[in-house]
Amino acid sequence: MRPLTEQETQTLFKKLADYTGPSLKNLIAPLDNTPNADRYVFRLSGQNRVYYVLLSLANIATSISRDKLLSLGVCIGKFTKTGKFRMHITALPVIAPHARHKIWIRPNGVMPFLYGSNVVKAHVGRYSEDCPEHQGVVVYSMEDTPLGFGVTARSTIEARRLDPTGIVCFRQADCGEYLRDEDALFSTG
Amino acid sequence: MGVGRRMKKQAAPEPLSEAHYAKLKRKAGIPVEAIEEPQKKRKMGKASATTGNSTPVSKRRERKAALKNGNGVKGSDKTKGPKELPAHRQGKKAAAAKVPAPEGSDDEEMDDEFAGSDLEAGNSDEAPNGTLGDDFLGSDNDDDDSVFDSDEEGRARAIFSEDEDESDGEEKLTAANMAGLSAKLDRQMEEEAAADEAELKEAALQTNIAGDKPKVLEDDDDDDDDLAAKTKAMLAPDLQLLRTRITENIRVLDDFANLHQEGRSRAEYTAQLLKDVCAYYGYSDYLAEKLYNLFTPREAFAFFEANESARPVVIRTNTLRTNRRELAQALINRGVTLEPVGKWSKVGLQVFETSVPLGATPEYLAGHYILQAASSFLPCMALDPQENDRVLDMAAAPGGKTTYLAAMMKNTGFIMANDPNRARSKGLIGNVHRLGASNVIVSNYDAREFPKPMGGFDRVLLDAPCSGTGVIAKDPSVKTNKTQLDFMQLPHLQKQLLLAAIDSVSHNNKPGGGYIVYSTCSVTVEENEEVVQYALRKRPNVKLVDTTIPFGKEGFTSYRGKKFDASMNLTRRYYPHTYNVDGFFVAKFHKTGPTPPKAPTGSRGGRQDEDNVIIDKTPIAADEEEAAKDDFGGWDEDEDEEIMEKGKRNAMRRRGIDPRSTSKTKKADK
Repeated sequence: MRPLTEQETQTLFKKLADYTGPSLKNLIAPLDNTPNADRYVFRLSGQNRVYYVLLSLANIATSISRDKLLSLGVCIGKFTKTGKFRMHITALPVIAPHARHKIWIRPNGVMPFLYGSNVVKAHVGRYSEDCPEHQGVVVYSMEDTPLGFGVTARSTIEARRLDPTGIVCFRQADCGEYLRDEDALFSTG
Repeated sequence: MGVGRRMKKQAAPEPLSEAHYAKLKRKAGIPVEAIEEPQKKRKMGKASATTGNSTPVSKRRERKAALKNGNGVKGSDKTKGPKELPAHRQGKKAAAAKVPAPEGSDDEEMDDEFAGSDLEAGNSDEAPNGTLGDDFLGSDNDDDDSVFDSDEEGRARAIFSEDEDESDGEEKLTAANMAGLSAKLDRQMEEEAAADEAELKEAALQTNIAGDKPKVLEDDDDDDDDLAAKTKAMLAPDLQLLRTRITENIRVLDDFANLHQEGRSRAEYTAQLLKDVCAYYGYSDYLAEKLYNLFTPREAFAFFEANESARPVVIRTNTLRTNRRELAQALINRGVTLEPVGKWSKVGLQVFETSVPLGATPEYLAGHYILQAASSFLPCMALDPQENDRVLDMAAAPGGKTTYLAAMMKNTGFIMANDPNRARSKGLIGNVHRLGASNVIVSNYDAREFPKPMGGFDRVLLDAPCSGTGVIAKDPSVKTNKTQLDFMQLPHLQKQLLLAAIDSVSHNNKPGGGYIVYSTCSVTVEENEEVVQYALRKRPNVKLVDTTIPFGKEGFTSYRGKKFDASMNLTRRYYPHTYNVDGFFVAKFHKTGPTPPKAPTGSRGGRQDEDNVIIDKTPIAADEEEAAKDDFGGWDEDEDEEIMEKGKRNAMRRRGIDPRSTSKTKKADK
């Protein structure tokens, strides 16, 4: 387990900022104003996975040997072998509270989304205004439960003119992956 | 409706003559016996399937399947009035048909048919009508109130609960305060109770007449005609007969002084009972005896019986994401029938029936709940972690308890979730993430190594690996695959783990800390009281404290000649037949002082060679005391030498060199 390098941090933050926008800094702000306040940090551990974890927790975890440490805090995703960062569905609780652009999908669209399909126009209930094309968005159900995230296929204005079967948002990750991709999501070595 | 009419036409089989069924049976190769006839007939009629030679379980399933076919069939039957039924029954039936719950009316109908067709059948499923003692009803069905002996209510309920699995579960639940039945069912039950009273009295009369029957029956099974017994053993067991004999036998054992046959000892009866239980339920002899010895004969029977039916499905609300009311509302909207699991839990919901797969709803995937047996709430409640505690879960997979702990701590402090099995850890990590428990570190140590990787926890939960004798309903393979060896090896492991758990806790970290909860899903004394007793003996610095769970039976303070600590009554036992949860055991320890440095540690004994080399087994807490004497707790040159020697020898052996041979050559060189 180690902190991220400069380059890794940049890659990661660029990715996160795609979803959270400027409120990204809230992710790593100290929890309170005291000088030794706890804060969240990013740590890289087994198989290039990045964890978002309280500093205190990360410090505790240092006493666990590398091959025995399977997970700590919240797994954000992993660095691919080409150096790109790939966000996992487990990052959802981290980015959802800070999400800048959102899509709410209707009840009839929830199951198709959770089974891994893209969001079509007919399923969209609400849509953040002024959302550009290819922008990271968090997908919510109408009850405001975060279900996953993706990137927009069209900007909001274009999407208005789209026919009902047109794809509005490409799925990147959805909660269904907890069932479908458990093996890939959590490597235990 | 069109469907209804069609179903009506199909519903004809009911009033068919018995001869038809006899023919069917002969076709299927089943011997047609007068005794079995009524029941088989009924079942076949219900299931409209001719696979008659089934075990009781599959029979029950058939029945269930038949029930699910809907009301249409039954309704039509009723209107036709297939049997010569008493007038009051028919009237009631019409009333019952109006009630939407299908089980109730169906049960009733079964009873009626049965009563109408054959009262003499020794059919214990329908105990009130058979030749059995009426007191058997209590043990058959009302497992929960073995003491409570109100005739009428018990019987009425028994009739209701026996016939159908689901209602069986619901019924027990009421009694166990796990959940109330719906008002509808209640009303229906009362109705039935009132109407059945007369008939029941009649039945009671009959059984009173049969009061001296056990002698006859016992004559049969304890008789000396070995040849007959042998030939019988070759044949497939007659389940009907077995069951009757078991119940009769229990009745004799209950009132041995009055009911036993002259010249027969209690041991003979017990042996016969065990043999029957093995044949009827499919236990190995060894396990049957072990389990039987835990209970009175009657309770043991209830236990075996309860192991045949599944426990209710329970989900736990993830309070990190939602609350119970919202979750219940969301699930009800999806067509799930549920109710709070009981007053003792604020997060549990019991699911009665569901039209969607519970493991794949959007709420599930969003981490709003987890499927978790009611019994596994108990150790977490006993541990009662506070915010900002440091908690160790020694055998965490698949994470139900870990995430419950995290929710109780509101994601503060931290939880070390350890599981020695990497494959199972995957599910653990998945659940931890899905439920949003961000204060969890997942590790992969052999739990016996603790507190070496980390110690000084405020609370430790040890849900030890066990034989699973409490969850036979979930995993019936336990019935046969557990041997004496298991009951020696598992307690050994459990003792090591418990000592490791105790040593991992710091007694003076902060006020209100220093608790260890030990739990198993087994009911045997070897894995529970004996392990606890061992820990109390080896660790004078821990004592048992109250588990704070509002229900449960007290642990044994003595068992078959073994005396346990008097405080063992603070531990809690749970049985499937008393509380309708899995068989479970929970003990809560409080650590009051440091572990004496010479005390044996958890990890020793597992791997003798290497463990001698590993030093520093004393817990962190103990270090503080030693630190006062010496920075490193003293240094013994000789001992060090010895340890180094040993280490070298081990290293050589590992490389495949015999250390003795090298030492010899060295000597020769000299």
